[in-house]
Amino acid sequence: MNTRRPPLLSASGLSVTYGGSVTAVCEVDLEVAEGETLALVGESGCGKSTLGRALLRLEPASAGTITFAGTDISRLSRAGLRLARADMQMVFQDPMGSLNPRRSIGAIIAEPLRQTRGVSVADALRRARELLERVGLSASMADRRPHEFSGGQRQRIGIARALASSPRFIVADEPVSALDVSVQAQVINLLGDLTRQENLTMVFISHDLGVVRHVATRVAVMYLGQIVEIADRDDFFAGPEHPYSEALLSAVPALRGDPSEVVRERIVLRGELPNPAAPPAGCRFNTRCAYATDLCLTETPALREITEGRMVRCHFPASDPDGRAVAAVDRDEDPIEHTAISSPTKEIA
Amino acid sequence: MATSPEQSSSGADGSSAAREPILSVRDLRVGFRTRSGVVPAVDGVDLDLYAGEVLAIVGESGSGKSAMSMSLVGLNRGPRTMISGTAHFRGIELISASERQLRSVRGKHIAVVFQDALAALNPLHRIGKQVAEMITLHQKVSGRRAKDMAVQMLGDVGISNPRHNAEAYPHQFSGGMRQRAMTAIALANDPTVLIADEPTTALDVTIQAQILDLLKSLQRELGTAVVIVTHDLGVVADIADRVAVMYSGRIVEIGTTEQVLYAPKHPYTRGLLASTPGVTGPIPASLPTIPGSPPMGAERPDGCSFAPRCAFVLRECATTPILASHDPSDSGHQDACWLGELTIPVPDESRSTL
Repeated sequence: MNTRRPPLLSASGLSVTYGGSVTAVCEVDLEVAEGETLALVGESGCGKSTLGRALLRLEPASAGTITFAGTDISRLSRAGLRLARADMQMVFQDPMGSLNPRRSIGAIIAEPLRQTRGVSVADALRRARELLERVGLSASMADRRPHEFSGGQRQRIGIARALASSPRFIVADEPVSALDVSVQAQVINLLGDLTRQENLTMVFISHDLGVVRHVATRVAVMYLGQIVEIADRDDFFAGPEHPYSEALLSAVPALRGDPSEVVRERIVLRGELPNPAAPPAGCRFNTRCAYATDLCLTETPALREITEGRMVRCHFPASDPDGRAVAAVDRDEDPIEHTAISSPTKEIA
Repeated sequence: MATSPEQSSSGADGSSAAREPILSVRDLRVGFRTRSGVVPAVDGVDLDLYAGEVLAIVGESGSGKSAMSMSLVGLNRGPRTMISGTAHFRGIELISASERQLRSVRGKHIAVVFQDALAALNPLHRIGKQVAEMITLHQKVSGRRAKDMAVQMLGDVGISNPRHNAEAYPHQFSGGMRQRAMTAIALANDPTVLIADEPTTALDVTIQAQILDLLKSLQRELGTAVVIVTHDLGVVADIADRVAVMYSGRIVEIGTTEQVLYAPKHPYTRGLLASTPGVTGPIPASLPTIPGSPPMGAERPDGCSFAPRCAFVLRECATTPILASHDPSDSGHQDACWLGELTIPVPDESRSTL
């Protein structure tokens, strides 16, 4: 199990606040073990991208510490940070927006290597050519500009740039979300090959649970700035513990392997995400939760370990059916609607 | 040119064979003029839509799925767009219809829901007023009555406290609520056809689930025929009765959702399904992929445009295959591939990895 290994990166009490009032990331404790791919999932506004950027100190934290390979990087100076960045890189969602259109892709890939490792221009360009081959492009393309490439090729260039300084840790923020399905699969495989072969540690930020299932070794679910569940990939997809995770997974429109496969009952959450500037008291999910009781309105649940390596921030997780039954007695109404997913075999009316 | 009208009007299954399509598209071509020549976006599409069905048009970027559906309602007309072919709807030929004729159809008989509700709604007008305007545009009712109908409609699409929220402006709504409001405007005049272009793509998955359920229940209640344009095969599985798969401006496969998603024939459909990472099923060490990327309009090859990426390419593929049924039973499941035409069995490996 990943959690038994010493973490390569750990965050403790990490918070990011915008404009003094909106807490985008709220007191996150997180450990990422060497060699694992931890997926951060959640919906827009949950704070997953902000957390990913804060782990690399691309976003200033308002509280908490980040330790990377035994060093507290949350207090590093600019110079110290530049050195640390050689080991910590980022892959962005929009390759076009993150690649300088006026420079050759060789120069773009070589840049971080020169900045962080002080390598000469000639050596950095040589390494850039190697990396182009490594990500499935051709070294002869090094002189071309970003606009000459397709979306999938640009994302390969973004990955090559992130790999240039031979980092140990990568944060990839929705790296395949802008790509068509047929191209997305190629980039997912590339990321998988690279993490395995280079023993890379990755935080993979995505809203797409299908992609996460094929990339991640562990999954952390965020809701309104907090982590509400952490589980090994297989445990998570076999049955999430937190009511929000359950709703999130059940909401994915299922493309089944064959028509006879049983699709899990869809839990349709009522209502909208509360205003992040004024999150609900107690459990932040209580306004939309099917199992919320008076306890959930007043007492904030802690992120607690319920089985080894499995953490959940809920008073009534799925593995506690008795607790949920008791909670059901307290409720007057059922705030969720259960909708059976219609069969694709339904006839044309 | 794919199938003849006689052939393709046989529809999806036995039940629709006897019925007339309500919308019938033949040899639709859409091209965009650019400095470097005409880029063909839609390259000869034949399509029939039947009353009350949900037809999904699925494809990747550049497949022509949006250009095809928008040209049906004249929403991409302009000096740089060349549109030819026919689309018959209630005695009107939509492609050659005047803008005035189209205005009497659009919003009344054929309504459209877009991906980006914020861009589609007028930011300066209250939500209720925008729904009421659509009603008074096509129905002879008083302003007061239209407003009441608008409030009713907003309630029907699941906006809580509709009388209060009718007074809100679009920016005061969340993405999901805006999508509901746009659906209310689209359904205000009880249209025969609703064209929904990526209606849930910009939404989070839990909100998408709400909107898909809304579309399904409204469609069932009102009997509206829905054309849903999407890149998401999960959405197709969830909502569609029939599916047309587009690749590079052409329909390469069409049939019932069950036929296309669970017994796909065309190598592109098979590849697309196999490379979609699902939340169920086995997890392969590496996902099956389709090599390369979809061709840009200008660089479309002659013959089958999927041939450069296809694992089963034959000499015949230099000639464009026609969209036709390759089933002895002629179940309405059609694909445009030489493998079917020459009755060459396709190895099933791409499916077994799912």
